[in-house]
Amino acid sequence: MCLAIPARIVELRSDDLAVVDLAGVKKEISLALVDNVVVGDYVIVHVGYALNKLDPEEAAKTLALFAELGQLDAPSAVH
Amino acid sequence: MKYIDEFRDGEVARGLAEAIRREANPERRYHFMEFCGGHTHAISRYGVSDLLPDNVKMIHGPGCPVCVLPIGRVDQAIRLALENGVTLCTYGDCLRVPASDSLSLLKAKARGGDIRMVYSSADAVALAQKNPDKQVVFFAIGFETTTPPTAVAIKQAATLGLKNFSVLCCHVLTPSAISSILESPEVRQWGTVPLDGFIGPAHVSTIIGSRPYEFFAEEYRKPVVIAGFEPLDVMQAIRMLIRQVNEGRAEVENEFSRAVDRDGNKKAQQLVAEVFEMRKNFEWRGLNILPYSALRIRSQFAEFDAEKRFPLDYQPVPDHKACECGAILRGVKRPQDCKLFGTVCTPENPIGSCMVSSEGACAAHYTYGRYKDV
Repeated sequence: MCLAIPARIVELRSDDLAVVDLAGVKKEISLALVDNVVVGDYVIVHVGYALNKLDPEEAAKTLALFAELGQLDAPSAVH
Repeated sequence: MKYIDEFRDGEVARGLAEAIRREANPERRYHFMEFCGGHTHAISRYGVSDLLPDNVKMIHGPGCPVCVLPIGRVDQAIRLALENGVTLCTYGDCLRVPASDSLSLLKAKARGGDIRMVYSSADAVALAQKNPDKQVVFFAIGFETTTPPTAVAIKQAATLGLKNFSVLCCHVLTPSAISSILESPEVRQWGTVPLDGFIGPAHVSTIIGSRPYEFFAEEYRKPVVIAGFEPLDVMQAIRMLIRQVNEGRAEVENEFSRAVDRDGNKKAQQLVAEVFEMRKNFEWRGLNILPYSALRIRSQFAEFDAEKRFPLDYQPVPDHKACECGAILRGVKRPQDCKLFGTVCTPENPIGSCMVSSEGACAAHYTYGRYKDV
């Protein structure tokens, strides 16, 4: 029920509609709940609606934190 | 897929598991509740519990909207289809929820009810547009993620001047359920479960932001870390919670900053406020009647309110006597503690609601963890 997925906007249509690409699968969704979305943005899609935009900088920061952890932990994983 | 695969990397998961092991104090035990069914699903599916040290335990909370939908509400939807002859539309997860008289929406459909599964509230509006001679009712359930789409559908129906579309509104509010976990008479009846912190909802928080949880951190001294639904997100949130507990802090932290900020989606909040208002009382499955815990349609949109359009008294119905969903939703019992689990109650034939949705604690354990202890 709560499972929503990040998807990339590939086309903007009239009436607050847009097309997203999910690993090659195209689907029309509603942009009624979000503002200022452009082609190329990632949005979290749930029951056919974009709930929010995904911030690529924040995503990169979280991944960088994970990567840093992986490196820090590499020596202890070997022992 | 981008923003999914990177958050499922096994190597990084091992690093995170090691970091958790190093930071968890072996002298103490940690009990964290993941509120969302999405987190429950991720923890079971990716075996996150197996990567945690023995003194860190995850408790499955009541954050699956299908699991907390009471029998009486499903009965109303069934009555609409079978007695009032409406075309009833709802999300797929609702179809198998057990109701009274051994019925479910799926079984009511087999008895001739016009019951349709829709992917989106917009599909229900489109169906009403295409069939002007039929009354179409959207059975709307869910937390703050599905509520804004229902608000959009009602506004759309109003703009189109549809006379044959209405909504049976069963939307519920996350903060109320967290309150009920922390303070309710049943906590005394069942005994309280030790809780050191919460993993806050992912997608609900994209809408409401992180601010509503600040109350729990301040008032109950419980740390809350909002986390995404991928396994690395959950593990990082557990690590952040352990750190807060170790340092004696109780704050709201946000692991899911790529989609959640403090204020949430104001446009969606505005739409919800325009169309809905608080209900004084609403019954939740397993949690009883909770005050100010759900929404109803405002009087200015009354013509789209199925409860006003059709004769629909609400009749509360007790759960099956042997079903432990109530205690499981509160984290007091585990699925395997229920006598019905895996015997008469299975995902194919659910007796209780926790077995229905893949996000329910029982269904998740049945699918991914059942043979772990054998």
